[in-house]
Amino acid sequence: MSAHAQHGPTLKTFFGVFAGLIILTAITVFISYVELGPLNPIVALVIATCKALLVVLFFMELRWSPHITMIVVFSAICFLLILLGLTMSDYLTRIWGTYGIK
Amino acid sequence: MHSSQQTAVHALRHHFADMEQQHETVSMGMWLFLVTEIMFFGGMFCAYLVYRVAYYNAWVAGSQQMNILLGAVNTAVLICSSVTMVLAVHFAKLGNRRLLIIFLVATMALGVVFLGVKAVEYHEHWAAHEVPGPNFNFHETGNFDPRHVQIFFSLYFAMTGMHALHMIIGIGVLAWLTLRAVRGQFTEHYNSPVEMTGLYWHFVDVVWIYLFPLLYLISHKHMLT
Amino acid sequence: MATAVTLPEERTNYLNADYGIKSWLLTTDHKRIAILYLITITAFFFLGGFFAMLIRLELLTPAGDMVQADTYNKLFTMHGVIMVFFFLIPSVPAVLGNFLVPIMIGAKDLAFPKINLASWYIFMIGGVITLYAMLTGGLDTGWTFYTPFSTTFSNTNVVTGAIGVFINGFSSIFTGLNFIVTVHRMRAPGMTWRRLPLFIWSNYAAAVIMVLGTPVVAITIVLVALERVFHLGIFNAQLGGDPLLFQHLFWFYSHPAVYIMILPSMGVISELMACFSRKRIFGYDFVALASIAIAVLGFLVWAHHMFVSGISVYAAMVFSLITFFVAIPSAIKVFNWTATMYKGSIRLQTPMLYAIGFIGLFVIGGMTGLFLGALGVDVHVHDTYFVVAHFHYVMVGGVVMGYLGGLHFWWPKMTGRMYPEFWAKLSALLVFVGFNLTFFPQFVVGYVGMPRRYHAYPPEYQVLNVLSTAGASVLAVGYLLPMIYFVWSLRYGKVASENPWNASGLEWMTQSPPTTFNFDQTPVVTWEAYNYDDLNKREEVPVAQ
Repeated sequence: MSAHAQHGPTLKTFFGVFAGLIILTAITVFISYVELGPLNPIVALVIATCKALLVVLFFMELRWSPHITMIVVFSAICFLLILLGLTMSDYLTRIWGTYGIK
Repeated sequence: MHSSQQTAVHALRHHFADMEQQHETVSMGMWLFLVTEIMFFGGMFCAYLVYRVAYYNAWVAGSQQMNILLGAVNTAVLICSSVTMVLAVHFAKLGNRRLLIIFLVATMALGVVFLGVKAVEYHEHWAAHEVPGPNFNFHETGNFDPRHVQIFFSLYFAMTGMHALHMIIGIGVLAWLTLRAVRGQFTEHYNSPVEMTGLYWHFVDVVWIYLFPLLYLISHKHMLT
Repeated sequence: MATAVTLPEERTNYLNADYGIKSWLLTTDHKRIAILYLITITAFFFLGGFFAMLIRLELLTPAGDMVQADTYNKLFTMHGVIMVFFFLIPSVPAVLGNFLVPIMIGAKDLAFPKINLASWYIFMIGGVITLYAMLTGGLDTGWTFYTPFSTTFSNTNVVTGAIGVFINGFSSIFTGLNFIVTVHRMRAPGMTWRRLPLFIWSNYAAAVIMVLGTPVVAITIVLVALERVFHLGIFNAQLGGDPLLFQHLFWFYSHPAVYIMILPSMGVISELMACFSRKRIFGYDFVALASIAIAVLGFLVWAHHMFVSGISVYAAMVFSLITFFVAIPSAIKVFNWTATMYKGSIRLQTPMLYAIGFIGLFVIGGMTGLFLGALGVDVHVHDTYFVVAHFHYVMVGGVVMGYLGGLHFWWPKMTGRMYPEFWAKLSALLVFVGFNLTFFPQFVVGYVGMPRRYHAYPPEYQVLNVLSTAGASVLAVGYLLPMIYFVWSLRYGKVASENPWNASGLEWMTQSPPTTFNFDQTPVVTWEAYNYDDLNKREEVPVAQ
């Protein structure tokens, strides 16, 4: 347990991440009011992913965890993307170019 | 033997060689459980994605009924609760019982605040006839089908409801941890239950980090004909 | 090595270490939990078999004269739900896996013994709730719960049944989680990944599927229940929803689920092939990696259950192509098992009979899966008895044969007693003959057009249906006999030695039955897996002393 504290997060890390999370939250709210067209959802997801990475890497200490833990998290995300991606591939290609277009 | 080390030895389960193996095992177990939670919420994200692409205008109309202020406040509340949670773990690892208890209680309190705000939001939706079912009656009109807005709200309530349920369970676990901490069961040598609960709590925070923009911030353009 | 025979009961072992019902119901010993599972899944198996018997009786005659159509719908639903969720998915992992995984890797128990016990209780609670749903009106949606029938139009206990299956899913998740962590963290010194028995690799791969896939069907069931109660519209076309979304979410789990069923059974076959050919498994690395490949690829093919539901033709082509790919690692395993037998010293004891039977039947089942994976053919045979025959060949001819083979192989380890070889061989023969007689005619009758899930059919299909029902009767006898002789063997079977098969593996280096903590000292492994070269040099150890 003491080995953990040596190369692990410090109080400074926590407050830095906290500040980052609050700032990113503010950014995501304000940028939603800027009309970016199709970029809006992408920007929102990128910001959300940055926030998630801050929490996962620093609060959940994935940065200092064994490699196998990173593989476990990575594979979960991969399979989630497979679920989303292959399901959407059905909908988007039923009649090419018409899904969601009114 | 120092009493905190006695706690640690007492806490070593018979099928482990040492505390380090036990800690690594428990940690991997919790991460795998979180993997199952990713896939569990993932099913709802899949439904959300399929219909957002199909019924974008209805999604915008539904999203515009969300209270962005309350949503943003709740996001900040959860972020703060994650900070108090890491502080609880931090002080648990330092063997500081008093601060551990303080930050566990703070995390729970923030969690309760979150749920309170959610309750207010749910009530607002109920009053506006936005809860799916026989009472649903969407008051806006525009370039969308109100039946599709009902699907949006179905997913809104399903996803935030499932999230809230996980929060409630988390608060329950935190209460139990607080009790154990008060009884002096955690020391600098043995504190993995606190750490593992922290992992769970942060995961629930991450889910909300995605729910917030996806449900509240889709677009501010008004979907008129 | 002539020593006085000590009965298993006279040595301290996990069975007699503690007495009383509390010591069983509150046990954390993985071996006792395996026995709890053994008893309960056997009960579910015979319940599911009972429904199968009613189905086959109805199908003896072309007219739907034994039961009404609605009742028939409930019969095949209940048969499917019980067999899939309460028998096939837990069978090998929860019984053989629970018992053997810690011992095979040299550990005292699984990583999380209390979660293991919780897994059994969750299984039981889910089972009781599902049974309650069946007894108070039944379920008629098919085990696949397709919407909008399950969400809108069915008048049966869908929500209760859904809750039962939902709860049961956590049993699977906990078992999978336990296995993964155990294999990563609890291996004995010297037990490297490449020294693991292939049974461990297979159960590990199945565990990965359990952890990744089960939660998706869990949330899907929740959404179905919510839709049914609150009329949400997520899967209801009249409200703008898409019934196919349900199918996507459902099959995302339910296809990999079949690999949860078959992988552990394949693991058993690897152990049996090596032991009864007295040889190292041919191509160990390939068999191990094939298990992982099946687990991964298995997640990429689910829409092959939806070819005629209305999905995109382009997506269908992709899923069809990947379906063909997923057959490759399975084929690699079959080739490697066969190559293991080549120039081996084959012993045809009962476990080997099941293993050889598995290979033949699994090949037929697997190949017919390829027919179904071909879009053009599937249009013709989808929802016919061809599909029913295909999945029974892989599920029964595959999974159950492997399960029975494993049960016989490890019975002396689990109980300290040998089963009677003559009756076991006879049962294996009856199972093989009965199985083929039941299900081969179904390929034919399906191909010529008989649809599945119908209780009436045109008279020209009757001969094949009668053959199938006759086969089912033989099969039933083949399954009942082991019930009898296994129980008989507990009292009257020959006492088994530590290693009656002279097999490789740490489990054969412990007492039969093992003590509660498996090993007196943690073993240190310095030899490779399947060290049959060394084992064959030992004097032939008699089956019983």
